[in-house]
Amino acid sequence: MNKSDITILVADDDPDYLFQTVFNLEKAGYRTIAVESQAEAESVIARSKPDLAIFDLMMESDDSGFILCYKIKRKYPEVPVILATAVSHETGLSFSIDSDQEKSWIRADRYLEKGIRPEQLDQEIMKLLRF
Amino acid sequence: MAVLKVLVIDDEPGIRSGVSRILNNFHVTYPFMDEDYTFEVTEAATGEDGIKVLERDMPDILLLDNKLPGIQGVEVLEYIRKRNYDIVVAMITSYASLDVAVRATRNGAIDFIPKPFTPQELKSSIENITKQQYLKRITHRMNQEGKKVRYQFLSVLSHELKAPLNALEGYLRMMQDKQSGELIDDYATPIERSLQRIHGMRSLIMDLLDFTKIRLERKEEKIQEVNLAELASEAIVTVQPFAIQMDVNITLDVRTDVTIFADPDDIEIVFNNLISNAVKYNKIGGKAEITIDCSDSEAILIISDTGIGITKNDTENLFAEFVRIKNEKTRNISGSGLGLSIVKKVVELYHGTIKVDSTPDVGTVFTIRLPKKPITTI
Repeated sequence: MNKSDITILVADDDPDYLFQTVFNLEKAGYRTIAVESQAEAESVIARSKPDLAIFDLMMESDDSGFILCYKIKRKYPEVPVILATAVSHETGLSFSIDSDQEKSWIRADRYLEKGIRPEQLDQEIMKLLRF
Repeated sequence: MAVLKVLVIDDEPGIRSGVSRILNNFHVTYPFMDEDYTFEVTEAATGEDGIKVLERDMPDILLLDNKLPGIQGVEVLEYIRKRNYDIVVAMITSYASLDVAVRATRNGAIDFIPKPFTPQELKSSIENITKQQYLKRITHRMNQEGKKVRYQFLSVLSHELKAPLNALEGYLRMMQDKQSGELIDDYATPIERSLQRIHGMRSLIMDLLDFTKIRLERKEEKIQEVNLAELASEAIVTVQPFAIQMDVNITLDVRTDVTIFADPDDIEIVFNNLISNAVKYNKIGGKAEITIDCSDSEAILIISDTGIGITKNDTENLFAEFVRIKNEKTRNISGSGLGLSIVKKVVELYHGTIKVDSTPDVGTVFTIRLPKKPITTI
């Protein structure tokens, strides 16, 4: 599989974070679809199937990312999902998807803190896509 | 109608059935309660049975005899206290020795009902207990809600403060790693965006200062007679440089020269926010108009613009904290999402009202009404 055949859906309501993520992903060789809201992400999911998705947690609502995880997994259970957020450091609210119990309600395959370095993100993606 | 569960633990069947009979037809009402309270009584003859019932039913009120065949009433009380159960306990006892009274009180019994009691005596004790229980619950609920609101505010705030830092960090890393090329010109977008985010963060910090000011300050000594037209002109001067950039023409129409009693800083916050919004969300070459007028009892401020407008849906949340309307037209406009929530708080502080009328792509009109008479309770 070639990286240029991989399409990644990125949803984030912070235009700068979106710009940077898309920039890094494209630099790494992936194709991207960038959207700025949960609503846009839902309409992308409705009409096409990305190979991987990266969702911000807080967009229109505080749990937009969780909702998107749930919706994409219901439609395409095999598509890996990364939940990217800065929320845990900010709020003291911590969650991970390491235990089975957490996996059962957070339907993401990886949970990453924002501010992750581009190479690290690329590695996580390659692991999820089994390169 | 709310039901309070009452458990009677007493080895005398006459007492138990008496309590049941009296309370099953009793209800408590107070003017400040939302609803009437009625009672549902269960009975137990021993402390041991009582604890079983208590674990199963979790009553709100416990009427407890001290002299019981097995474990004593005071021991049941200790059992409840150790587990921190939210049960109000009144001791029913024919004679309370000082020792028992002290032990019972120390373990949380709030009332003593002497045996034998008349129906009226029981009722008035229950009435007191119900009132206490009600107040305790209301206080608890209000504390919880207060905590929740503060927590939400802080968590959103820290998100809003951290997001621009993340963006800046990302852009600086792009430059550090020379990801877009060797030349400084290759980074025009990251630099421009970084400056915008810094600008946004600064205005958030300024708004936060306003926000804490109106929340924390005691105002009485700062209230004075203020002239609305004067304050509006000052605010226009402040916003003017930005208006020139946007080519927006600001006009002030003083139909009636009105003074009100207020802290001039507060009114300045209102004008600054609304007038700068009228410019910020305008179109190039648009207009912003401030009208000052009054009715018999109120000063009326109207701030209208010919800007991008707000949809009906979006106006619903417009005054909430950290709400920013996100769409194609606003994506390049920075703001903290606090301005209008601050304006609304100030207006309400003066017992005034604010209302918004808007048509997308035509413009927005904010109308504020403030009482002319001095407000005594700020």
